[in-house]
Amino acid sequence: MSKYILRHDEPNCIGCQACEAHCKANKDLGPGPTPCKIVTLGPFDVGGRPRIRFVFMPCFHCEEPWCVKACPTGAMQRREEDGIVFVQSSLCIGCKSCMAACPWGTPQWDPATRKVVKCDFCMDRLHAGLQPACVTKCVTGCLSFGVATEAPDPRRERYARQLLAESPGAAKEVL
Amino acid sequence: MISTMAPNVRGVDAPGRRTVYSMCGMCSVRCPIEVTVEDGRVAWLQGNPHDKALSASLCAKGSAGMAFEYDDERPHTPLIRKGPRGGGQWRRASWDEALDYIADKLRETIEAFGKRGIALSDRGGHFTDLTRTFVQALGSPNYFNHDASCGGNLHNAVRSLFGVGHARRIFDLKNTKHLVLCGRNIVESIQVKEAKAFMAAMASGMRVTYIDPRASLTACKATRYWQIRPNSEYALYLAIIHEVLKREAYDKAFVARYVSGMNTLREAVEDTTPEWQAGHTGIPADQIRAFVEEIAPDPPRVIFHPGWMTARHKQSFYTSRSAMILNVLMGNFEVPGGGILGKAPEYYGRKGLKRLIDRVLKVEEPRVDGAGTERPQWDPEIGMLHQLFAALETGKPYGIGAYFAYRHDPLTAMPDPEAIQRALDKLKLLVSIDVRYSETGWFSDVILPEATYLERANILCQLSGPVPVFCMRDQAIAPRFDSRPAWWIFREILRRMGNKEALDFETIEELWNYQLEGTGVTVAEMREAGIVSLADAAKLTPRDELKIPTLSGKIEIESEVLKKAGLPSVAPYEPKATLTGDRFYLLFGRPATLAHGQSLNNPMLNELAPKQELWIHPDRATPLGIADGDEVEINGGGRYTGCIKAKVTPWIHPEAVFMLHGYGATVPLAKRACGLGVADQRLQHGKLYEFDPAGGGCAMTETIVQIKRRVTGGTQQ
Repeated sequence: MSKYILRHDEPNCIGCQACEAHCKANKDLGPGPTPCKIVTLGPFDVGGRPRIRFVFMPCFHCEEPWCVKACPTGAMQRREEDGIVFVQSSLCIGCKSCMAACPWGTPQWDPATRKVVKCDFCMDRLHAGLQPACVTKCVTGCLSFGVATEAPDPRRERYARQLLAESPGAAKEVL
Repeated sequence: MISTMAPNVRGVDAPGRRTVYSMCGMCSVRCPIEVTVEDGRVAWLQGNPHDKALSASLCAKGSAGMAFEYDDERPHTPLIRKGPRGGGQWRRASWDEALDYIADKLRETIEAFGKRGIALSDRGGHFTDLTRTFVQALGSPNYFNHDASCGGNLHNAVRSLFGVGHARRIFDLKNTKHLVLCGRNIVESIQVKEAKAFMAAMASGMRVTYIDPRASLTACKATRYWQIRPNSEYALYLAIIHEVLKREAYDKAFVARYVSGMNTLREAVEDTTPEWQAGHTGIPADQIRAFVEEIAPDPPRVIFHPGWMTARHKQSFYTSRSAMILNVLMGNFEVPGGGILGKAPEYYGRKGLKRLIDRVLKVEEPRVDGAGTERPQWDPEIGMLHQLFAALETGKPYGIGAYFAYRHDPLTAMPDPEAIQRALDKLKLLVSIDVRYSETGWFSDVILPEATYLERANILCQLSGPVPVFCMRDQAIAPRFDSRPAWWIFREILRRMGNKEALDFETIEELWNYQLEGTGVTVAEMREAGIVSLADAAKLTPRDELKIPTLSGKIEIESEVLKKAGLPSVAPYEPKATLTGDRFYLLFGRPATLAHGQSLNNPMLNELAPKQELWIHPDRATPLGIADGDEVEINGGGRYTGCIKAKVTPWIHPEAVFMLHGYGATVPLAKRACGLGVADQRLQHGKLYEFDPAGGGCAMTETIVQIKRRVTGGTQQ
């Protein structure tokens, strides 16, 4: 897998789809392709309360990407230095083999170029020392990005903060 | 120089890469943004990191600003109507021709009705010094914002308690222990900074009680959700007040010092017990008691959000007012975790922006809607737009001949567009100034294309938060079409009307320099960061030094202004009819990807926006033979019938149905939005003149619709 982690802290997500727009805007994509997607499921009944699930679907940047193996031209590539899986547009012939091969539906068809486009962690922005578009402009900060061993995990801290906040009054759950 | 040339800021066409600080224009929240321009083209948009509470964050609409800018489906030149109103026949006109045409019609109007026969509406907010100045310079009192179909009930409720309108009260969510949300879907009807603060506070343990007939995404984040009967929140609040008083769970010192009318309140809620409200709201009495017990140790760090869009029903004013009374009882004023009062620059020893409106004579004529005169309970600063339409129909109290809809689309925003069209058709002149083809624009006599928010500069604005700031919308790129900024458009009309002094500026920089006079802030500093704070840190007013700007100097639960209007200070609850069979209250809302009617033609938002569905409870859907995913017909009593897919879900109150607003547009030149979905405002048949008499806001969620399963020819089993 790539050395990076693009973390989605679901409890802090509001499903606003801003990430989808930020991604498309950065890649200058018209209608059709959505390289990252928030899949919203619910509401579900959890102990009498409505609860929603947001599943963030960018690219997982597989260790052995089936899309790369399926690509007949070498357009779909995995970068050795950091494991980013990306498509080199000039080599893509639009055969859609990668779209068929990917188990997650990650590669997207772009009708404007008649080629495939996909999440590449915004390599253009990484080169410039920036974060991916979806992370940079995320409304709540539920998306974070970094080298996997260095990126902070928000869950431990939040759990601790919430424990602390629980006053005797607040602890009495009603519903 | 030709007077009608586009007044671009200097260097807007410069090659290379530039950073411009500005303000978003994709909804009326208007977040500060940072625009990266490469060779005259917008390359990147993000939140302005100089605003620490926002940083680079932007919502989907904000990012879709580029898709909006580079889309051609918007007016390119001034257009003058050829055929009948709404017929869609236009001729292109030069700016000179269109502005001369408008000036001629204004003169006709003045001859027939006097100067007061001119009106304008906009969407309120940051830049109204310009629009108010324009209307006042023409000699009319009839400026309106959009609050008749938005926050008017709340605004006037706050005014009746505190003596000033809905002042910028910032809720300090970061330090709040319990937030009660009613009429505020905070994560979908999104303001980026507020949503950020809300989620951060929740992560730190803030508890949230969310009250809504429908379980929105905010309900799914809340710690408690009450599925309340539609339009019955006032009964719930009366019961909570009853319980809070009974338990003496309020800030007695604060109330003793600052509040008048507690006896009136006590009397009014004497019998509004938790049991009493259960019959109206459907929320069990024991849950009210448990809630009040839960919040009892938390004041003043308890906030009752008084709502945002409050044009819901005929007691929305009292609903918002009772939420604010609960805030008063919690004593959550000028304390961490409570409501922080918006401060003027003078509070920090600074000087505010010089106002444009002070350049023109005050108009003494009474307003056409009676706000501030026959209706003292309505703030004359904002008016109530439905009464402009009523005056058009009746000619009373006086005639109106010309109306400007500036970036405002009443035919989408307000109930019953057919009724509005009948009223508008009485006008001599209807002008739409907009960046897109709106429904109102399509019905107008003249469309003036305003330059987009990326193509224009606005007047500077001053926001009175805990720390007041000056904020700038600067021009990032040159207009792609023959469009102009608003300040220029209004200036040109005034010049033609022989009133050039009000906006006598050649360039926006000249105008900004006027505004900044004596403030100690320069245009260069504004451009440096886009936002300039007038103090380093927020300073709270000591609690024993609060000044309440009512005549009595108290927070008036017993309100002088309401008394003057012959209205009760704490009205008795008006029970709502129970709906059965095929009849439902129609509720509406919006997702984070749409700003009412203005987003659906955006190529990106049109794709990202959810499919419009009709939420309906299974207990009501099943007897009507409606299953999840079925097509249903929906009718509000008029000729218009919509067809929409049913989403059968227990997360909507059985007496209500819900759909997204902003769909069902009819302008053929906005191809992506035209004909897409159902227009809820067209289902609000006969509701244009149904409003809350105390607050003035439209009673939109009192709309009753009939639902039936759609039968398609021959395929029915």
